[in-house]
Amino acid sequence: MKLIKNAAGRYVPLEINGEKVIPFQGVGKYRPEGRKHAPRIPSMADYPADGNKLVPSLKEALIKAGLKDGMTISSHHHFRNGDLIMNQVFDIAKELGIKDIRWFPSASFPCHEHLIQYLEDGTISHIEGSMNGPLGRFTSEGKMSKIAVLRSHGGRYQAVQDGEVKIDIAIIGAACADPFGNANGLFGDSASGLLGFALADSQYADKVIVVTDNLVEFPCVPWQIQGNYVDYTVKVDKVGIPEKIISGTTRITKSPDRLLIAEMTAKFCEVTGIISDGFSFQTGAGGTSLAVSDYFATIMREKGIKARFARGGSNKYLVKMLEEGLVDYILDGQTFDLDGVRSMAENPNHVWTSPFTSYNYHGKGNFAQLVDVVILGATEVDVDFNANVVTHSDGYMLHGIGGWQNCLFSKTVILPLPLFRDRVPVIRDEVTTLCGPGELIDVIVTERGIAINPRRTDLIEKVKGSDLPVKTIEELKKEAEAICGKPKKPEFADKIIAAIKWVDGTVIDVVRQVKQYD
Amino acid sequence: MKATAGNKGDNIRSDCWVSIELKGSGGLDIRLNSKVASMFGDDILRFAKDVLKFFEIENAVVEIEDKGALNWVIAARLEAAIRQLKEVSEGYLLTKVNPHGLQPKDAVRFSRLYIPGNSPKLMLNAGIYGSYGIILDLEDAVAPDKKPEAKILVRNALRSVDFYGTERMVRINQLPSGLDDLEMIVGHGVQLILIPKCETAYDVKAVDEKIKELSGGDPVWLMPIIESALGVVNAYEIASASENVVAVAIGLEDYTASIGAQRTNEGTESFYARSAVVNAARAAGVQPIDSVFSEIEDKDALRKNVLNSKALGFEGMGCIHPAQVKIVNEAFSPTGQEIEKAQKIVAAFEEAKAKGLGVVALGTKMIDAPVVNRALKIIEITKRIQRLGDAEV
Repeated sequence: MKLIKNAAGRYVPLEINGEKVIPFQGVGKYRPEGRKHAPRIPSMADYPADGNKLVPSLKEALIKAGLKDGMTISSHHHFRNGDLIMNQVFDIAKELGIKDIRWFPSASFPCHEHLIQYLEDGTISHIEGSMNGPLGRFTSEGKMSKIAVLRSHGGRYQAVQDGEVKIDIAIIGAACADPFGNANGLFGDSASGLLGFALADSQYADKVIVVTDNLVEFPCVPWQIQGNYVDYTVKVDKVGIPEKIISGTTRITKSPDRLLIAEMTAKFCEVTGIISDGFSFQTGAGGTSLAVSDYFATIMREKGIKARFARGGSNKYLVKMLEEGLVDYILDGQTFDLDGVRSMAENPNHVWTSPFTSYNYHGKGNFAQLVDVVILGATEVDVDFNANVVTHSDGYMLHGIGGWQNCLFSKTVILPLPLFRDRVPVIRDEVTTLCGPGELIDVIVTERGIAINPRRTDLIEKVKGSDLPVKTIEELKKEAEAICGKPKKPEFADKIIAAIKWVDGTVIDVVRQVKQYD
Repeated sequence: MKATAGNKGDNIRSDCWVSIELKGSGGLDIRLNSKVASMFGDDILRFAKDVLKFFEIENAVVEIEDKGALNWVIAARLEAAIRQLKEVSEGYLLTKVNPHGLQPKDAVRFSRLYIPGNSPKLMLNAGIYGSYGIILDLEDAVAPDKKPEAKILVRNALRSVDFYGTERMVRINQLPSGLDDLEMIVGHGVQLILIPKCETAYDVKAVDEKIKELSGGDPVWLMPIIESALGVVNAYEIASASENVVAVAIGLEDYTASIGAQRTNEGTESFYARSAVVNAARAAGVQPIDSVFSEIEDKDALRKNVLNSKALGFEGMGCIHPAQVKIVNEAFSPTGQEIEKAQKIVAAFEEAKAKGLGVVALGTKMIDAPVVNRALKIIEITKRIQRLGDAEV
């Protein structure tokens, strides 16, 4: 395979799975040409006159949708690790003797380990989407027959909109739907809040199947997914396992190290004046991120500061801030706990968003760029502030990109990270896999010091005279290596197992098969 | 002959478990199973060989289940297993990373964080939470069958873990076995020994002498912990038993049991003992240190407890969780008001001295020497904890 060096210095192919790709050209450099992809024009005449699109079973829906070899089937991940649908879809594909399906989920979870057998027997040719846990391990060991493609949430919308990925059949599981196909994630046993990750699929797929276990009479309101895009609706007993879809309650970390890092992160935002009246922020739902939100709330309460909006996944801590009046709006991308679901259903200021509004790079702007500060994770960073979120330092690809790349366009990007995990330093000479260019990453907060990207002279100026432990990233790296030793770089085989797309659809890096250590 | 040491299991991190079986021939067969094998596997094997060679082990089957342990941990686990198999004259010592010497005798000791003596993961970051001291605990925090290996781990931690300038303390076991603990740790960077369940001046003297014998005369500070009715009765003798005693602490769990009472958050049942210990410590010119507060989740109760403790005259408290450190430090630190008042008194004192006056007055109020001394002390402490800019003091 011919490889060329992209603008980030990474060697990437010009073709993936037989299709031409464009190497990364630099942030904001690549300009797409042409027009957006469009699905076929349907006619109402071909759909039931009474608008009742119910078919008796998922199998029948798939047959009616024309399932055949080599198709692309898409799905969303709002049911997270409690998804019961996609395993069934591929059980049916197998039963029908279908081969070479490209699965295009917005993310996969450990519950999809069931699909490894279909990757092995050729029912599924490969996955384009985030690969977590067992599927990531399977892929890393070179066992998938084609190359995986990983995209950010925004990049997934972009790929569908631009026609890079043409979806033949979209499967949209919904907590609540009517026979016409209107659907939402708000009501029912499998409530997950919203269905934003399925928006592109509903708009652009050739065939759209809505699957629900909570069929209501028309109209299902609000229609987060519009029935006018939907071909078939299916009622099943159960679309998901509630306690695996949503945690009953999200929890702040108890780890003293992480609490310390979270506190330092909040303090950094206080000292630099990022936390000021009318500001906006995004934090994730991980234990450390939740702690950052909580420290934010404390500072805001003390100083009488209000935020205009908080973006990203909602949880009880964010909901509390909304209800207390510390933030005016939650712009929710995915709901992580029951408080989030309740708030979204009740509170008009808790608004659902989609990868289109929040993340799509091939749009006329997006919400992520409006956020003042975003708190993100990473598996590794390097001395140039480049970061990795998909592979571990041992080379295994165990995580997806999520909205991470898209959030790098927020005004200040902070990564709170432990300086080392076990004995593996987080700061490397060069990241194993490049997911985000260092020019977009501003601050690394560790328990042993804070490194500010030299490009952010404004932030460096603002922390002067404070008691924050500011160090250079090289100093932090040295400190970690003094404690841990310097790890050997992982050894890879030649085979490329995954391509990492940038937000504009160009290829920023590839992942190779790991060499197993014995 | 086979011996094991260390910890294994799904929740173990930054630690390892080793098993060594001595053989008559066949050389070294090291079987490493490490979660960081691809990055550190070769280093670990090389290091393990070096340790085994140091102890002159030439033929053995060695299993290492590694969960990301650092070299000082691996060395401690191997040494602990080897010591079960053969007589060992000296330990495998790694280079010291911490500065030599002791803290000043009257160093600020508002907070000291307890770290279980057999948990390397918790030791690694012990120095970053802002406590004035860390206690590597060989006593209650270590299971009886793990005590021998904990001693070695604590010794290695004292040498190899950067505690960022916090005072390095070790709580030894109750005497007499605590005296054996000293043999493993004195001379390796320990700056203060906590003597648990101390009841008589003799306990202190025994520890002091043992340290002298081991260190060739270099002192190590002592902090006896009084945890019984008898200890309280003998508090002054204990506090003044050696010039190396820098503080006396009280341990209330055992004390309340010893007087047949229940421990409460209000602490009425221990009021006498706490006051007696404060009084004895002050009489001996050392710091009185309060017991730990065991309800980790209840931060408000902790804050109340510390303020109460400060009001009784205590100068510090133990912490059993890093989250307690900040609250304890804040509560023991002089408040803005206290500092301001002290500054005024000291200024008046300086002025009187300059004028050659024997009497210090602030406004119309006469100020006694002890009040001046107290103010000076507040300023001194404040300087140490860097609450004031240089210009202001």
